[in-house]
Amino acid sequence: MKNSALADRSVDFDVHALRRQFPVLSRMVRGKPLAYLDNGASAQRPNAVIDAVDDYERRHHANIHRGVHTLSQEATALYEHARDRLVQFINARSRHEVIFVRGTTEAINLVAQSYARPLLKPGDEILITHLEHHANIVPWQMVCEQTGATLVVAPIDSRGEVHVDAVTALMSPRTRLLACAHVSNALGTVLPLHRLIAAAKARGIVTLVDGAQAVPHLTVDVQDLGCDFYAFSGHKMFGPTGVGVLYGREQLLERMPPWQGGGEMILAVTFAKTTYNGLPNKFEAGTPNISGGVGLGAAADFLLRLDRSAAARHETALLDHATAALSRIPDLRIVGTARDKASLVSFSVAGVHPHDLGTILDEDGIAIRTGHHCAMPVMDFFKLPATARASFAFYNTFEEIDRLAAGVERARRLFA
Amino acid sequence: MELNDLYRDVILDHNRRPRNFGALEPADASVEGFNPMCGDRLTVRLRLDEDRISDIRFEGQGCAISTASASLMTEAVKGKTRAEALQLFDRVHRLLTDDAAPPADELGKLAALSGVREYPARVKCASLCWHTLASALRAADSSSLAAVTTE
Repeated sequence: MKNSALADRSVDFDVHALRRQFPVLSRMVRGKPLAYLDNGASAQRPNAVIDAVDDYERRHHANIHRGVHTLSQEATALYEHARDRLVQFINARSRHEVIFVRGTTEAINLVAQSYARPLLKPGDEILITHLEHHANIVPWQMVCEQTGATLVVAPIDSRGEVHVDAVTALMSPRTRLLACAHVSNALGTVLPLHRLIAAAKARGIVTLVDGAQAVPHLTVDVQDLGCDFYAFSGHKMFGPTGVGVLYGREQLLERMPPWQGGGEMILAVTFAKTTYNGLPNKFEAGTPNISGGVGLGAAADFLLRLDRSAAARHETALLDHATAALSRIPDLRIVGTARDKASLVSFSVAGVHPHDLGTILDEDGIAIRTGHHCAMPVMDFFKLPATARASFAFYNTFEEIDRLAAGVERARRLFA
Repeated sequence: MELNDLYRDVILDHNRRPRNFGALEPADASVEGFNPMCGDRLTVRLRLDEDRISDIRFEGQGCAISTASASLMTEAVKGKTRAEALQLFDRVHRLLTDDAAPPADELGKLAALSGVREYPARVKCASLCWHTLASALRAADSSSLAAVTTE
């Protein structure tokens, strides 16, 4: 405990100063200080995001891209400024490549329906991996059903790692798309994306990356990765819910038909013909989640200003501390032991169901996720109905992890 | 501590050593219950003697609340008529959800589930087996198999 307290005050990263920027972190839950270890499900918001949304709602709200009046122009400027922040955040080439969507799920569905569906012929293949979130499985199953294409699943090993060789072995002349996670939400595995994308590119296979779990932990550079599509959600990166981004390479987005029709995505409409708007508006039918977009821009700005390498070092230290602390508990098995791993730990304790564990930890003010993590094939692979998952952000502390370990040990004794 | 109210000794005991656990062959009805939110899964099998539940067993995997609830349920409904069992389900359901539920004395050991009321996210864990039983009683009627979920 003493060492933990010291470690939280390392010279280059003052976690306590950072925590003060996240108001919810100072609240009490069931009479105990909140230990929020469910960041993989949704991360908390800093004042910068809360204030940006609040200021927009109080002073600037109007519909965007429409009115000539002052509020509409201010709202448009704020929304488009947010897009610019996101262009910078992922190093896209231009604002044409950053489409606002509801979240990762919608982004993947957009690509499945607008890119893949018109292209796929019976017998074509879509390649995914065994560790995908349901959001990167079901949209492809749907488009396979619609087109007669086949879903091919690359294996994982007992650590929860994806091997480049195993994936490339499944790339065939019929493979049209490789869709894979950047970071596994259930296991924490960081996939070897550079090599996977290079292998796909060499075979002319288009790539989509589900980056929902990566953006809060890693610096993402879509040009460096070389992927064709990259999808992520606002609320996993300390922004609002209901807003996210689809990055797409401009040449691909240009060729794709719109996904949904309506206002905003058109230039001219007659009953005979509609001329579609250019990028990115072509894919943004209807009035968007404007305050959400503004908040997401503020979240990107927050992360751009943060010393992310120091934050990443802190997160790695948290992961190491949690792995060590949990490993000392008898009958506890860590699920997902990839060598390259983001700061989350999935685990199961013999004799203690994850749901009971979640309830018991909540009594101590500790929030974790329990269940199948929307990754049932991963649970099946490890022959578990569910796991408990503690997922960390840079604002978590070693002391919170010590409380987690103590709570798990208490639960184990209760059910022994 | 409130937790002791949820995880009472009776619950812990029935979780550790579930009663009437395992297969029942042959059975007049066999129904699988599934809670997609948490992955809890259990099968209830029963035999009827005319209108009376002459034997009932369950198997599957779930949390302590769901396992103990199923174990307690099998003990409580064995020997009861269908109508009596469904009436008991209704009483248990009120116990789990209604703060103004009448005193639970007549429920016997099932009263140990009253702590669940304070944990709304866990009500489905305790009620899954009962929904599955109700479905099994209907299935025994139509001699067809069915599945039930709490979603």
